[in-house]
Amino acid sequence: MTATVAADVVQSADVVQSVDWLAIAPPVVAAVAGLAVLVLDLFLPEARKHLLGPVSCAGLALAGLALLPLLDGDRSTFCLTAEPDVCSYVADPFTLAVQLLVLGGAFVAALLSTASVRDERLPAGEFWFLLLSSAAGAALLPASRDLATLVVALEVASLPAFALVGLRRGDRLSSEAALKFFLSSVTATAVMLLGVSFVYAATGSLHLTTVADALPGEDARLETVAMTGVVLTLVGFAFKTAAAPFHFWVPDTYVGAPLPVAAYLSVVGKAVGFSGLILVTVVAFPRYDHVWGPALAVLAALTMTVGNVAALRQDTGRAHGAVRLLAWSSVGQAGYLLVPLAAAGGADSPTEAIGATVAYALVYAVVNLGAFAVAAHVRTRSAAHRVDDYRGLYARHPLAALALGFFLLCLAGLPPGVIGLFAKVAVFRTAVDAGLGWLAVVMAVNVVIALFYYLRWTALLFLPAEEAAPARVARSAPARADADSAAAGVRTATAVRTVDGVRTARPVRISAPVTAAVALTGVLAVALSGAPQLVLRFASTTLL
Amino acid sequence: MLPLNDTAMALLLAAVVVLPLLGAAAALLPAPPGLRGSGPEQAVLRHGVTVTGVVLVAALLLALGFDHDHPATVQAETDVSWVPALDIRIHLGIDGISLPLLVLTALLTFLCALHSYFRMPEGPSAKGFVALLLVLEAGTLATFAVLDLMLFFLAFETVLIPMYFLIARWGGARRGPAAWKFILYTLLGSVVMLLGLLLVGLEAGTFDMVTLTTDNAPGADGPALGHTAQLLAVLSIGLGLAVKTPMWPLHSWLPDAHTAAPTVGSVLLAGVLLKMGTYGFVRILLPVAPDGMRTFAPYLAALAVAGIVYGSLVCLALARRGAGGDLKRLIAYSSVGHMGFVLLGIATLTRTGVNGALFANVAHGLITGLLFFLVGALKDRTGTTDLDRLAGRTGAALYGRVPRFGGLLAFAAVASLGLPGLAGFWGELLALLGAFHPADGLSRPAYLVFTAVGAFGTLLTAAYLLVVVRRVCMGDPDERPAAIPVGEGEENASPGANASPARAEPPSRTADASPVPVALPDVRGHEFAAWTPLVVLTVLAGLWPAALLGLTDPAVQDLLPGVTR
Repeated sequence: MTATVAADVVQSADVVQSVDWLAIAPPVVAAVAGLAVLVLDLFLPEARKHLLGPVSCAGLALAGLALLPLLDGDRSTFCLTAEPDVCSYVADPFTLAVQLLVLGGAFVAALLSTASVRDERLPAGEFWFLLLSSAAGAALLPASRDLATLVVALEVASLPAFALVGLRRGDRLSSEAALKFFLSSVTATAVMLLGVSFVYAATGSLHLTTVADALPGEDARLETVAMTGVVLTLVGFAFKTAAAPFHFWVPDTYVGAPLPVAAYLSVVGKAVGFSGLILVTVVAFPRYDHVWGPALAVLAALTMTVGNVAALRQDTGRAHGAVRLLAWSSVGQAGYLLVPLAAAGGADSPTEAIGATVAYALVYAVVNLGAFAVAAHVRTRSAAHRVDDYRGLYARHPLAALALGFFLLCLAGLPPGVIGLFAKVAVFRTAVDAGLGWLAVVMAVNVVIALFYYLRWTALLFLPAEEAAPARVARSAPARADADSAAAGVRTATAVRTVDGVRTARPVRISAPVTAAVALTGVLAVALSGAPQLVLRFASTTLL
Repeated sequence: MLPLNDTAMALLLAAVVVLPLLGAAAALLPAPPGLRGSGPEQAVLRHGVTVTGVVLVAALLLALGFDHDHPATVQAETDVSWVPALDIRIHLGIDGISLPLLVLTALLTFLCALHSYFRMPEGPSAKGFVALLLVLEAGTLATFAVLDLMLFFLAFETVLIPMYFLIARWGGARRGPAAWKFILYTLLGSVVMLLGLLLVGLEAGTFDMVTLTTDNAPGADGPALGHTAQLLAVLSIGLGLAVKTPMWPLHSWLPDAHTAAPTVGSVLLAGVLLKMGTYGFVRILLPVAPDGMRTFAPYLAALAVAGIVYGSLVCLALARRGAGGDLKRLIAYSSVGHMGFVLLGIATLTRTGVNGALFANVAHGLITGLLFFLVGALKDRTGTTDLDRLAGRTGAALYGRVPRFGGLLAFAAVASLGLPGLAGFWGELLALLGAFHPADGLSRPAYLVFTAVGAFGTLLTAAYLLVVVRRVCMGDPDERPAAIPVGEGEENASPGANASPARAEPPSRTADASPVPVALPDVRGHEFAAWTPLVVLTVLAGLWPAALLGLTDPAVQDLLPGVTR
């Protein structure tokens, strides 16, 4: 952004640009909070470091509140002084919706992190600074309307994320995850930058709307350059959204990262990739919709199938299976998110189609974060964190189990998860509307596949813990012991004691921030199920 | 009959749909002081009886307030916008087609709640059981009450999760795989159905069933859907409904689900859930896609009669001595046959046939509900539903040992085989009559063959039901059934195979040698209370079919404009 601003200033030195601070408040507040936390970390004694968590949460909440004054109309700033309607930063409904998603998602992830930072002894100052910086970048991205700002925002959002993933020092899994994530992401950035430079070469502008007008270029010799630029830019964003075949880093990264960071990546990371993809396809390259439309349709079909089939094949007894399952399911869900985008390529009103993506992303954010919140609790009790460890959760924590069951059914799109169903209906609609019948059918098959593993997990929650307890306890006593004993009858409890000796049969209490996160997402999900219009209105309005 | 104004009727219908949902939520909360009863289990079961009772009363009031002179018009209508973005409206209403099914659902669920109050199925806490039962009721009632395609789908899907858990947690042997099979089959069908509903909604520009129906009526400016769209709609929506119905060859989830489900689950599954499929055919496909239905009707009819014959043949095989047939499984297969008649009736596209289908729908709900109750009670008494183990060498001799019970079982069996004078008769007769004279444009010779095959199916039905009556009700009461070697049939797998050790097991392998207890209790008070309404209604519907046909016929005329037969 600074580069373009500087260029503008040189171009017309006599006009001083005025900055609409209110419009850029959401990302700025998050960034300032990040800096404040970094400074605060230097002066706080070790015993008080736990205060950084609440401060960061408050910063994110404040950034979210900064969205409120923007509701009354579109604002734009950092405009070209020569052409005032070409701007680098626009706060329109699309921006606000994605910023709400990003900041809300970061807020819930921060709630989950307060316990995690303490329990896993992560360096507090660094952790919170990185999280807030990443959130600031993610909040900037949907508002950016030129390719340079877009790339900068994307990097601000991703670079801290690498560090967050690798923050569990001395953990080989964590370092490996960070490295995988880093390498794939840097490749994506390199490819994308190359594409952006080609586009710039072909059109002479970085502003999305100007690019849209200039493409495919009057000069036929530039056609190939422009086309290559478009394709490379899209490939870069496909990497970021973890669309197949660029998805391989996801499961290992999620498993290696601290759990709240995985939650953050699954929601905010995805939102970043998708809003970038929406901006470049619909705003910058609408003339090439015959190229990216079908390509995205194939990508969507591939992504959802790969994700869901892999999730289906997850063994419930595998270590870290729960997070792995959520990771694969998030790949599958990314496939659904791509469907309206692919439909936008062939639709009469592309902006309405992408509304379905935004609506779906919001719903997905709420329920996926909710599922991660419950997982964060279960993880504190069983280090292995297998899907099997959720057996009998209802007996120990009825409300947490009901909440998780509800979230999973929302993800699956089955009543009582009404909002999940209707969000899928909105996505289906765009596909059927755009004449992509085959994609709708592929998605339908995928929905059924996904139902299988979501339901299997849901059913597990309500099973009595005792049925398979003795054999399993014997196999992996420390991981399972209290998980089983809490819910089981006296017989199992004694069996556990004889094996483990120390553990108590009382259920472990859920820590307050995690409870708050579960409650927040749970209430939101139930409210949305009752009044789906709250979020589905995005699917019927013009956002951009 | 009851002078109720429109608002009161609309409120009653809304209450019928919403009350069970509220009741389900309340069931999960701790009982308030004063309603605690003798224990938490008893309190929550009583809560279930109360809520379903209130819903039944409301449904009866609806039936009384219903304007019986105009059964074709939609009454008790509520129409509120819910999700404008997707054009989904909360549109509720009843007419002559949905009212009987609505009352049947309310009645059967109430009887089930009553039954479980006295005899809670083995399994985890009663709290979850009652909550699931109420959600199930809400889903089925909503299916029959809504007039919006998306809402219909929502209601259609709502029943899945509760039914899954009812089978998987409170069921008998092999309940896990059976529950899976049930939910996967139905889901696979319903996702395809969702695509079809979306296609209809997007092509026609509305999800409202009433608007869609009137758009296709004569006098309107042409059908709302093109021919191709209609074909696709019938194929996709029909597939989802056919799985639920179930239509042969998509029926294979049904026997397993019925065999494994607890009594209450079987009653509701057969009595109510299957009707949702056939109701969808009549309510959605007939009026919305008439051309598509005309194209596919012969195939539907062919599959329907195949189902009739197939179901009966399987039942005959199961009823044979030494086949190790399970009574519950037998009734489940008999449902495949009975639902075949319903589908045949619909596939004739005539008023006679569709009326017959709707009549058979209700009759099957009453009779099969009663049969499943009886078989469940038999299992409680003897610990088995295995025909060979029950019958021994000469027969289980229920007439001699428990005369009232045996009489009831024989009554239900002959009602099921379609004895004139009982409810089962009219539906099948009308369906066959309709097939004898199918609608114009359908191949008469083909339908004559279907009629003949269907009629042959009634014979087979009579055969296996009489065999069952002979083997279960008759026999020498003093003879102790000899041990029958167990293990050749798949149904004979040890009942405790995948049940938890804590579950009370029916007599295990070692007990096979010992006879079924000789002294069996006859019909108990609460059983009498639960079964009497079904018996009375079966007789009533058989003797006075006009009561039901008078409701459905005008509505059916509206669905099939231009058809005179």
